[in-house]
Amino acid sequence: MNDLLHIGGVSLHNRLFTGTGKFADHKEMKKAIESSQSQVVTVALRRVDINGRDEHILNDIPEHVTLMPNTSGARTAEEAIRIARLAKASGMGNWIKIEVISDHKYLLPDNEETIKATKTLADEGFVVLPYMSPDLMAAKRMEEAGAAAIMPLGSPIGSNRGIKMKEMIRIMIDEINLPIIVDAGIGKPSEAAEAMEMGADAVLVNTAIATAENPAQMAQAFDMAVKAGRMAYLSGLGPTTEKANASSPLTGFLTT
Amino acid sequence: MSFYHTYEQLKDLPFQELFSKITSLDVERVLKKDRLTRDDYMILLSPAAEDYLEEMAQRAHQLTVQHFGKTMQLFLPLYVSDYCVNTCKYCSFSVDNVFPRKRLTMEEVEQEAKAIRDKGIEHIILLSGESRMHSSVEYLKECMTVLKKYFSSVGIEIQPMDQVDYEELVNSGIDGLTVYQEVYNEDIYREIHTKGPKRDYRYRLDTPERGCRAGMRSVNIGALLGLDDWRKESFISGLHAQYLQDTYLETEIGTSFPRIRPNAGGFQPNVDVSDKNLVQAMLALRIFLPRVGITISTRENPAFRDDIIPLGVTKMSAASSTEVGGYTNPDDTQSQFEISDERSVDEIRNLLHSKGYQPVMKDWQII
Repeated sequence: MNDLLHIGGVSLHNRLFTGTGKFADHKEMKKAIESSQSQVVTVALRRVDINGRDEHILNDIPEHVTLMPNTSGARTAEEAIRIARLAKASGMGNWIKIEVISDHKYLLPDNEETIKATKTLADEGFVVLPYMSPDLMAAKRMEEAGAAAIMPLGSPIGSNRGIKMKEMIRIMIDEINLPIIVDAGIGKPSEAAEAMEMGADAVLVNTAIATAENPAQMAQAFDMAVKAGRMAYLSGLGPTTEKANASSPLTGFLTT
Repeated sequence: MSFYHTYEQLKDLPFQELFSKITSLDVERVLKKDRLTRDDYMILLSPAAEDYLEEMAQRAHQLTVQHFGKTMQLFLPLYVSDYCVNTCKYCSFSVDNVFPRKRLTMEEVEQEAKAIRDKGIEHIILLSGESRMHSSVEYLKECMTVLKKYFSSVGIEIQPMDQVDYEELVNSGIDGLTVYQEVYNEDIYREIHTKGPKRDYRYRLDTPERGCRAGMRSVNIGALLGLDDWRKESFISGLHAQYLQDTYLETEIGTSFPRIRPNAGGFQPNVDVSDKNLVQAMLALRIFLPRVGITISTRENPAFRDDIIPLGVTKMSAASSTEVGGYTNPDDTQSQFEISDERSVDEIRNLLHSKGYQPVMKDWQII
């Protein structure tokens, strides 16, 4: 199946993006990333020892993957921009996942600040992937600002609650001309499959893999689910109805 | 706005009576809930909940792994000055205790920074006694010019300051503020803080808010357990944390559960707080506020610290020195309190790995 996802000049055949937080150790993280087959891995700059003084998280990320540093910890557009520039300057490539969160209770992203950061960083040549609260108008502004893909949350980050924002994400999939990557909230492989079946271009999964009892095996399960969901989407899902079709239709007498 | 208004509503509640009325049925009901109210939090702090510590621990563990992962942030305190103008009955730095006081020169700050950095530590807290003259904004900013070269996050635990002062410190790169109320009971507060500006209960209570407003990334609060009924003190400090979380969404709120340790003044705690009590206080808070940071210090002994790692703790110190200049010249001067856990950073790292936790040395970047 020649079904590639193109983002920022890179062609991806795997549509599961993974993260690097919350793992019990780097070895476990590395194994999970490998068995996920993931080609894009996000890493928080705040966790990277950019002066290379300590055990380096980047050493445990397989070389073939595209690094997507994120701006975790930024509370404003300005902080996100500074973190992005630091990431680039320290050799982490030019992809950036913008996370601007000024709410420590639910960790919901601030769309307005995210739009501002997207504009500045896209103008500077970054491949910008903004993490956002699903909202069509905000996504359109991010598209106009030069985003390379849009990353709406399925549910609050780390909540493992599934795709509670389904209807909003579906509208974005229909209306936005950029890849839509469902990020955050996916707790089970079946939910990843669900996102892919409805036409999401990729999903990002971190907590559900990192906090599983066997992260490597869970990563593989997610890989399979994402592939299955994508294949189902491409196969053209049949329409579904709430009720069974009546076996004695009321208009059966209208024969030609 | 101020938490003091909440405190005023709480202080005259008949806590003894309320706690004693709580039954095991109440506890079971709360343990089935997703979101807890204040009343639910009180139920988890009750004597009746003592029979449910295992269930509470399972829940607290699950919530902590979900929100923080299998990780533990490590940090060290750096004591820069032990000059203090207050008289606090329980503290060795108290102005009444006569010992040669010391403030580090910038060369000494750098030596201490190197010694801490050599242990692999990236996050530190600058500590001092409470003296506006000795640990002034200017002095702390000078320290920051040195410390920036060595660390990725620097917090402070010093005398309470005005918002403008905190703003200046934030601009210099300081990103965290720790200030313990010590005791929320205002009457006991006045009894044990006999002299000095620290007697101003209200100014201290409002300090975390001034830090939040000044743009501190993290603000850490807590009660020094052993000064009044721990259930009541835990309850009020938990509500203080909730108030700060709700009011200052941008700030990461953390809490600590310090228990009184032996000190130069020979102060005896007013109340005994057992290990079981401390664990209950911690579990109840984690279930009430799943995202709040919880720090456990080297005041606690190694075996107990090891056991409580999975119960909700998110930050630990290791190989701490609580004396000024203590990393380069141990046993030189007066320590603020005796530490129980003297294991090295490497020992703590190995311990965390063996327990299935990733020691996180760096979780911020001065930008």
